[in-house]
Amino acid sequence: MRGDLLSDPVEGLDETLAVVDAFDGVLVAGLLRPGPAQAAAVAGLADAVAGTPLAVRVAEAAGRVTAGAAGEDDFVALAAARSALLGSVHDALALRIDEAVGRPGPEEMPAPAAGPEQGTNLLAAARSWLCDLARSGWRGIDHELVAGAAPVVSAMLPDPGLRRRATLLDGFAAELAASCPGATLERVPVRRWADLWSRALLLTVPGSAGERTADAVTGRLLPLGVDVQEHATAVQAQVHAVFEPADGGAPRLVRAGVSAPKPDTVVGAGLWQLLRPHMSLLGAVSEGRSMELDAMPVTVEGDLVWDDERARPGEPADAFATARVMLSAATAARIAPLDRHPVRIAVPVLLEGYTTRSEEGRLAFDLAGLTVAVDTDRMPAAGPLTPEAVAASGACVGLLRWDAGEFLLQPLAVEATVRKKTVAVHAGAWAGGTTDKAGVRAEKAATDAVAVLRERAGRLLRK
Amino acid sequence: MGVGALSVWEQSSTARVTAPARPRKLAKVPFVELADGRLQGVVSSGSDIGRVYVSSVAARTYAFSCSTNNNRPCGGARGMFCKHIQALVGEAVLQYGAERVARYLAVDPPDGEPDAQSLTAAMTATRPVKGDSAAAAQVFSRFLRHLAYLELVPVTFPLPEMQWFPSTRAVA
Repeated sequence: MRGDLLSDPVEGLDETLAVVDAFDGVLVAGLLRPGPAQAAAVAGLADAVAGTPLAVRVAEAAGRVTAGAAGEDDFVALAAARSALLGSVHDALALRIDEAVGRPGPEEMPAPAAGPEQGTNLLAAARSWLCDLARSGWRGIDHELVAGAAPVVSAMLPDPGLRRRATLLDGFAAELAASCPGATLERVPVRRWADLWSRALLLTVPGSAGERTADAVTGRLLPLGVDVQEHATAVQAQVHAVFEPADGGAPRLVRAGVSAPKPDTVVGAGLWQLLRPHMSLLGAVSEGRSMELDAMPVTVEGDLVWDDERARPGEPADAFATARVMLSAATAARIAPLDRHPVRIAVPVLLEGYTTRSEEGRLAFDLAGLTVAVDTDRMPAAGPLTPEAVAASGACVGLLRWDAGEFLLQPLAVEATVRKKTVAVHAGAWAGGTTDKAGVRAEKAATDAVAVLRERAGRLLRK
Repeated sequence: MGVGALSVWEQSSTARVTAPARPRKLAKVPFVELADGRLQGVVSSGSDIGRVYVSSVAARTYAFSCSTNNNRPCGGARGMFCKHIQALVGEAVLQYGAERVARYLAVDPPDGEPDAQSLTAAMTATRPVKGDSAAAAQVFSRFLRHLAYLELVPVTFPLPEMQWFPSTRAVA
């Protein structure tokens, strides 16, 4: 890896983010009665997209927003402009990472049209709530306003076609609820809430989140590791892997994920228990096996849409061997234009020959020409990989990410030498189950928690 | 807000705003939440397996209420916190941490580190009044909504927006 490329400044990045930050500041105070500073920030956003197809629409929207006469479509236009700017930041960073890791350029795949979507009245209800948020601003949120999301989320969740929106709105609303009243907040997660708001608002446009399955693939899947995402009432596990097509084509970087809504009291090992029955790949990851896929659907973004019927266990496969042999030659799919945002950057990399050090309580890897901050906080608590294990490691398979102005490495697995033997520890080792003593205890506690809730649900829910 | 004045946390797309709940045993208090300006939840009856108590304490005033799911008032919650409300406070502290509970309810326990006992003591010392029990139906329906999450089917198509919600080792 050419680490120096990661520490070089990216041209135009600071200027673009300054426009985004200024607009995000507007959402802190809200757009009910915008003052001159807010008007300038909104105009700045419109100026930044002046050379794009969005120019006219966003300029109109900025004018109406500034006059305090914004309609819902105007807020959508501003969200689109903000997303376009962050999409360009994504593209610049992704290109820089490709150069640094020396990976072949992404495959160009024509994006199939999104399938038709149901539930447009729910999308309209979500949009109305999001526009109310924009008017009140983060400083103006109260319980009544935030509670407006609950009926929309409840109606959306059972429909798999609306799951993506429901999960986002649910997580966002829960954070806002925990932060009420906004007037007394010590600090506001300015970029984060503007991100969630604009993403949610764009997803209220029908067709923005339709199924985009492009293809079906047959061949061998070699897991690299598991990334877990969760909020109070949802969890998603994504397995990052290298896919070797049976027809001898170039290996590809792919992901396979499974997600579930959950009660907020189901945590830790309970998350694996929810997901495990729905993706045999989690078991294969724990066992260190590959899987053979037969016509598994895949999206243009390189996400396998997992179906247990189309997969069977394969030969043992070591993630580090896969990373050493295949990673540099594997091609990655592009993120769909509408979905581009720096938060989507998660590039599997193998780092070796680094020295570790701790700085201000944060771990970093020193490589030739580069220091990479290590984000150990992302490693799931229900797993054997600890910050201590990472600090003692000599090789790491991880995801290269970018947030708040810097590149970060999220470890998926590390190798360390213990009594002259190389030992690998995987963050997702407990995905398929575990015999580890602490793991077994956590599994038991999680089983009990879900059993109590199911018993209560059985007794109270359908009366 | 001036450009360039944002802290790293404010510029982070994945800033952690709330810590995940700490695991706890759910048998006695299957549901607790800080919502609608109240600490509220559902406490299983010790004697009747089909009965639960819906209990709540309001932020700031500490006005309390406790009744069964069939809307009968709890006998113990006439002039003071009943055992159900005390259990609710205890489990909320386990789930969210005492600090978050104290902040949400606006309780300032006299000396340093708050815990379930000091929070309860600080609230009862203000001689809170019995609140109206109209919220009970709403709390119970939120509990049912909470349980319904277990009935929803997992999916294997990608949810790209979950990238904004990385898991964290921090607990409440």
